[in-house]
Amino acid sequence: MLLDVAISCAAFLLLLAVPAVALGSRPFASSLIYALSVIPLAIVAVVGVSALLGVGEMTTAVLPVGLPWLGSHLSLDALSAFFLVVVGLGGAVTGVYAIGYGRHEHEPWRVLPFYPAFLGAMVIVVLADDASTFLLSWEVMSLLSWALVLAHHRESEAQKAAYVYLVMAGFGTMALLLAFGLLAGGEGGYAFEAIRAGKRSPLAATAILALMLIGAGSKAGLAPLHVWLPLAHPAAPSHVSALMSGVMTKVALYGFIRVVFDLLGPLEWWTSPAVILLGSTTAVLGIVYAMMESDIKKALAYSTIENIGVIFAALGLALAFKASGLTAPAALAFSAALFHIFNHMAFKSLLFMGAGAVLNATGRRDLDGLGGLIGRMPVTSFLVLVGVTAISALPPLNGFASEWLVFQSVLKSPELPQIGLQILIPAAGGLLALAAALVAAAFVRIYGVGFLGRPRSEAARQAKEVDRFSLTAMALLAAICVLAGIFPGLVLDTMAPAVHAMLGSQLPLQAEQPWLTLVPITESRSTYNGLLVMVFIAVSASAAAWMVHRLASRRLRRAPAWDCGFPNADPATQYGAGSFAQPVRRVLGTILMRAHEEVKMPPPGDPSPARHTVHTRDLIWEEIYLRIASTVNVIATRMNHLQFLTIRRYLSLVLFSLVSLLLVLALWN
Amino acid sequence: MGNIAFDLAHLLAGGLVLVSFMMLYQDRLYALLNVFALQAVVLSAAVAWQALIQDASHLYVTALIALVFKALVIPGALHRIIQKLGIHREVEQVVGVGTTMLAGMGLVALSITLMLSLTSAADAIAREDLAFALSVVLLGLLMMVTRRNAVSQVVGFMSLENGLILAATGAKGMPLVVEISVAFSVLIAFIVIGVFLFRIRERFDTVDVGALDSFRGEKR
Repeated sequence: MLLDVAISCAAFLLLLAVPAVALGSRPFASSLIYALSVIPLAIVAVVGVSALLGVGEMTTAVLPVGLPWLGSHLSLDALSAFFLVVVGLGGAVTGVYAIGYGRHEHEPWRVLPFYPAFLGAMVIVVLADDASTFLLSWEVMSLLSWALVLAHHRESEAQKAAYVYLVMAGFGTMALLLAFGLLAGGEGGYAFEAIRAGKRSPLAATAILALMLIGAGSKAGLAPLHVWLPLAHPAAPSHVSALMSGVMTKVALYGFIRVVFDLLGPLEWWTSPAVILLGSTTAVLGIVYAMMESDIKKALAYSTIENIGVIFAALGLALAFKASGLTAPAALAFSAALFHIFNHMAFKSLLFMGAGAVLNATGRRDLDGLGGLIGRMPVTSFLVLVGVTAISALPPLNGFASEWLVFQSVLKSPELPQIGLQILIPAAGGLLALAAALVAAAFVRIYGVGFLGRPRSEAARQAKEVDRFSLTAMALLAAICVLAGIFPGLVLDTMAPAVHAMLGSQLPLQAEQPWLTLVPITESRSTYNGLLVMVFIAVSASAAAWMVHRLASRRLRRAPAWDCGFPNADPATQYGAGSFAQPVRRVLGTILMRAHEEVKMPPPGDPSPARHTVHTRDLIWEEIYLRIASTVNVIATRMNHLQFLTIRRYLSLVLFSLVSLLLVLALWN
Repeated sequence: MGNIAFDLAHLLAGGLVLVSFMMLYQDRLYALLNVFALQAVVLSAAVAWQALIQDASHLYVTALIALVFKALVIPGALHRIIQKLGIHREVEQVVGVGTTMLAGMGLVALSITLMLSLTSAADAIAREDLAFALSVVLLGLLMMVTRRNAVSQVVGFMSLENGLILAATGAKGMPLVVEISVAFSVLIAFIVIGVFLFRIRERFDTVDVGALDSFRGEKR
């Protein structure tokens, strides 16, 4: 029953592309399509929640489409249900936002047909119960998001982003294809049921894990396969960016979890360090790049990479604990990963929506062209502040709760029997802690430079508050961030069936704890109470405010702002995006990005200004991707003369290749 | 009956390979066409024998198609083309006869050792048929490679296709539709190639494909 509803919603979304094509450029089309997309997604989210709460049974269905002997297997289990909530909630709120935001789109017909189908494909990925349905809907999801990235196809940046994205998506899907080929094995059982029953050697299992790290990791943004993400996510319209960062990366993680935790069977313990280390280095790299980036949407995209790194590290921890049979810590790490997936969906969508609102109001994405928005767009600024606080993992918001759980599971590492992991996991935890600190710095920078201070451009000075739909959507997400932060136990209890389905164990039931306390292991070890922290912050802040107002002098004193020896100074004298990033750039950037600064002083007597330039390099892009590209180019150039052979030479080539293949076959036997 | 059935099928399939060898050293076009017609006759006999021993009446249709089209219509048409183009006196050979024959023998040896070792599970007639069929295919390809005249390349292609038909009929249970469609596609290919022959001739005054290469500025 629940599954049927979810499938109908997905079908409705896919079919919504047809009227979207037909209506295309009509003025009302945009609002209509987005509004229509909200309803099925909200239903999908409700379906997910009710499946998690145990209302209605979890079922499977076989649709007579797809491969002739296989059909399309779809099923709804606890894990799918959890991700249905993520997709449904993220998609529905984004739809509300898009009703307002979509009005500013210059060519809505380039976005409208792909948008609902993209969401529908993501729902199908989550529901898929056989390899062909999974891969097909995965590829549909990739291609539709590619089309959305190309929505502003006249910008050369979008063209480059779409090209890199297409290449990486194809590469990732190829890895997934190989992974499922290995999973199906010689018998070729492609239904997940058959794959689950199959046995495979440790070597094959490791190869599948590696292929999934490549396939799902490239889609999610795991370094060094992340290069497309900071290009593609910002190039799309902002509501699509919110979907891609907030929801699509989660669907990629779903693919990884489904295969590695559900289908693959047991893994050796020595496979987990790869996942943990990849995750934690991704986290640090992503946030260092975000710290350097002055384009607000790009910085958000890099921060997505950081969060994906944290989630992968938590999943790696769960793998390590699971391999050693420590079920309770495994459940803790896995719950932390799922919780962070949910939280990141909420605050990253919120932040991208905020960036979209700023883009609409000012037409600018560079931090150095913004500033002073808190006075001009107070509601947006407040909501973005909630998102920024949440992503910086400050209590009492949701980001803190999930990251706290991640670190709690890091602290359980001494229980592992392997000495290597006992050393490695705290080191990875150190990397994660560094990343968490840098996140706070990066978002202080984004908020401080982008929203506070004085406007740095005429456009920022003229900014107006955005429409009600956008604000409603952002307010909904901000409310989710606050509520999930104050009542983390509720969220964890709701997602417990998904954890149980994957690991066979779960966290202790949080509803039984007094005063909504979060107790991941035992009460004597560590507890967290979001409500208490919230109350404490509210009381102490109010008390401080009261005391300041009460005790401070009441005499009003007016003085020019920022008048620190520079009366009537230009807004450019404020702290800028580059200046804020400088300390981190000098400490970490010199190693990770080969950053160096160059000061050009004009000779004495020359009135021209002095120049201070910063040079950074993207080492992963230059050392890996450009090298591969140039190698391919060299080979292609060498092979070019094969295009200009005579007919007889071609025939000889055919003959020789045929004969040599036959010879190989003859020698093989 | 069983032994005779196998022996005769073996004989006819082997005859097909033998005729393929004969084609390799024909340097006159008319003689080449005659040998090609002979190969089609042998093929049709082989297919008819398969029809008899497999008790598959539809294979008679295949045999008839092979006889009518490959032994009569196509050689006749090619005959007329050669006459019209006035190239019946041309002698051509790119690689020497000895080398070609040695290469052909190597190919036959390869295909027989390969097929006999691969198909050990199949029954004897099918094994022999497949081995010989692969030989015929490879010899047809070899002929296309060693010739320069477009007409003899067409003949090489047709003889390659004879090998395919032999393989198809040797395996039990190949539907008639498949065979008819293969025969039909070959006919279409023949027509297209025939048209092209005339077009090449119109443009370049020769059907030597080497002329095409020199036209493109290539060296041989």
